[in-house]
Amino acid sequence: MMISYRDALNQAMREEMRRDDRVFLIGEEVGHYQGAFKVSKGFVEEFGPQRVLDTPITEAGFTGLAIGAAMAGLHPIVELMTFNFGILALDQIVNNAAKIRYMSGGQLSVPIVIRGPGSAAHQLGAQHSQSLEAWFCHVPGLKVMAPATPYDAKGLLKSAIRDPNPIIFIEAQLLYGTKGEVGEGDYTIPIGKAEVKRQGQDVTIVAYSKMLLVALEAAEDLAREGIDVEIVDPRTLKPLDVEAVVASVKKTGRLVIVEEGWRFAGLGAQIADSVYERAFDYLDGPIVRVTGADVPMPYTRSLEDAAIPDRVRVMAAVRQILGKGQRPIPHHK
Amino acid sequence: MSTDKTIDRQKALELLRQMLRIRRFEEKTVELYSLGKIRGFLHLYIGEEAVAVGALQALTPEDAIVATYREHGHALVRGTPAGSLMAELYGKANGCARGRGGSMHFFDAARRFYGGLAIVGGGLPIAVGLALADKLQDKARVTACFFGDGAVAEGEFHESLNLAALWKLPVLFLCENNLYAMGTALARHQSQTDIARKAQAYDLPGEAVDGMDVLAVEAATKRATEVVRGGGGPYLLEYRTYRFRAHSMYDAERYRTKEEVEQWKQRDPIVIFEGLLREWKCLTSDDLARMEAAIAAEIADAIAFAEAGPWEPVEDLTKDVYTEAINDQLSALSLSEQKIRKLRDEG
Repeated sequence: MMISYRDALNQAMREEMRRDDRVFLIGEEVGHYQGAFKVSKGFVEEFGPQRVLDTPITEAGFTGLAIGAAMAGLHPIVELMTFNFGILALDQIVNNAAKIRYMSGGQLSVPIVIRGPGSAAHQLGAQHSQSLEAWFCHVPGLKVMAPATPYDAKGLLKSAIRDPNPIIFIEAQLLYGTKGEVGEGDYTIPIGKAEVKRQGQDVTIVAYSKMLLVALEAAEDLAREGIDVEIVDPRTLKPLDVEAVVASVKKTGRLVIVEEGWRFAGLGAQIADSVYERAFDYLDGPIVRVTGADVPMPYTRSLEDAAIPDRVRVMAAVRQILGKGQRPIPHHK
Repeated sequence: MSTDKTIDRQKALELLRQMLRIRRFEEKTVELYSLGKIRGFLHLYIGEEAVAVGALQALTPEDAIVATYREHGHALVRGTPAGSLMAELYGKANGCARGRGGSMHFFDAARRFYGGLAIVGGGLPIAVGLALADKLQDKARVTACFFGDGAVAEGEFHESLNLAALWKLPVLFLCENNLYAMGTALARHQSQTDIARKAQAYDLPGEAVDGMDVLAVEAATKRATEVVRGGGGPYLLEYRTYRFRAHSMYDAERYRTKEEVEQWKQRDPIVIFEGLLREWKCLTSDDLARMEAAIAAEIADAIAFAEAGPWEPVEDLTKDVYTEAINDQLSALSLSEQKIRKLRDEG
């Protein structure tokens, strides 16, 4: 069945809420408004306002509240209208959710999913266009996911809801309307398992979330140039499936990492470090990163386009690593 | 000071005993700190004992508690064994958080003691969430949330009061106003120093109580708890109290005068309550001596328990960063871990 990414998330939450009455949804506009991005369409009608809680605009408040409810044994799903607003809840996420298990000597768990859209959409400006996954990946105690396809989104979200840990689940705004095949019935995708989205021999691209789609497009065009690209989608960013990336690098000998987030201290730096550590001898040359520019996101279209990795820059990076062309446009250095 | 002479003698002696336990326990921790047995931050509750002791009389074992980094007293009164708390201060594996937490992070899930949360204001949303869980599960329990006057300046205080009042959640917001947010006097950090009045803005009842009077604290907290437990929504109590010692172990205390401290010490909640009990013929010098001896023995045992406790093996550094599988509860624990937990519970 072909459904949208949005509907896949809706199905995942709906199925899990039917399956487990400890699960509830809380956030801004999740109930009567049906979700700012309509992810929770029909929820308040099916589950009632007790399990679909509309909150005031109070991110630290409702995120902390959900963490407390999780400590008491419930399994809340927190919807952040966008992860940009999640910055207001960072104290609760970092100081409480991520640490309670450890600080309590293993007495307590915080089974919570904090989800919502991240990354840039179309000209939303500096405060609504951020890719903050690296921030969350940095914190011990959190797991972080950023699935790219409806199938992965549904299966991973179901796993996230069943997991006993705090999970950051980042959906790219521009993915909500994208469609893909989603199997009938109940399935889950294991946390921490990457998937090879495209088989190839010449170069490996690691890309996740919206950048997976960019990488797939680039690979199609590169194929016409005779370049055979393999694409690994980690799907879960933490714990990262380093084995899968290393296995691909051992095959191709070359690695390009694409991420929308800022370059400095970005997730790609960590992925590169992990690969250098485990597979240095298999690399034919330095790893190349394609990243967002280290700037607050500009509003104007031409500058915004220049700040986000696109098909052309990914193709240039692949040609560069193969010694077949000019260096990538160096705006982000 | 309350003048209700109908108080039950045993009950009165128990209030005194609990306040003394906290005082003597913490006085001992100061010695142990000097000896290097306890490290890190150590925030003492000395002077404020009437608050935890009085307030906890209103709670049942099913109710939940969220406290701050100044929570030794609350945990002691809650019933976490003194040995398990002392061992935690030592950083031992038989501590109430296996030595992972320390002074600021006491946890006792079995007694519904949810920390020991040491970011000012950060515990309030957690408490509201514990209360939400009770409401969603139709459990007639309340959550008592302790915080200092400093927390009132945090956004989380306001967000929590609003949410709890909006959704009529069973939370006791218990502000321990000791007049200083670390070294900043109340009048230097609040535009409205009458903290109880802040409740009005969120349409919940707010009341100020003499925090140096254990009976007043108990009475007010019981009244408030009755309202909260009866479905009346949250309640804010402001206990006006005073910390006799430094904010933490090292503090030059340039922000307040010696005279001010001495003046408050005249209102020492233990001394005053003791005097009252003598006046009421509820307490003799022998009673007090027996009580002190029993407390001293309890603390000596607690220290012995901490001294004898094992260190968590370094190989376990990364243990419990994550919850492993859904069914990794006691059955999956190794024998040594089970032993440690048993020890902790007995401590």
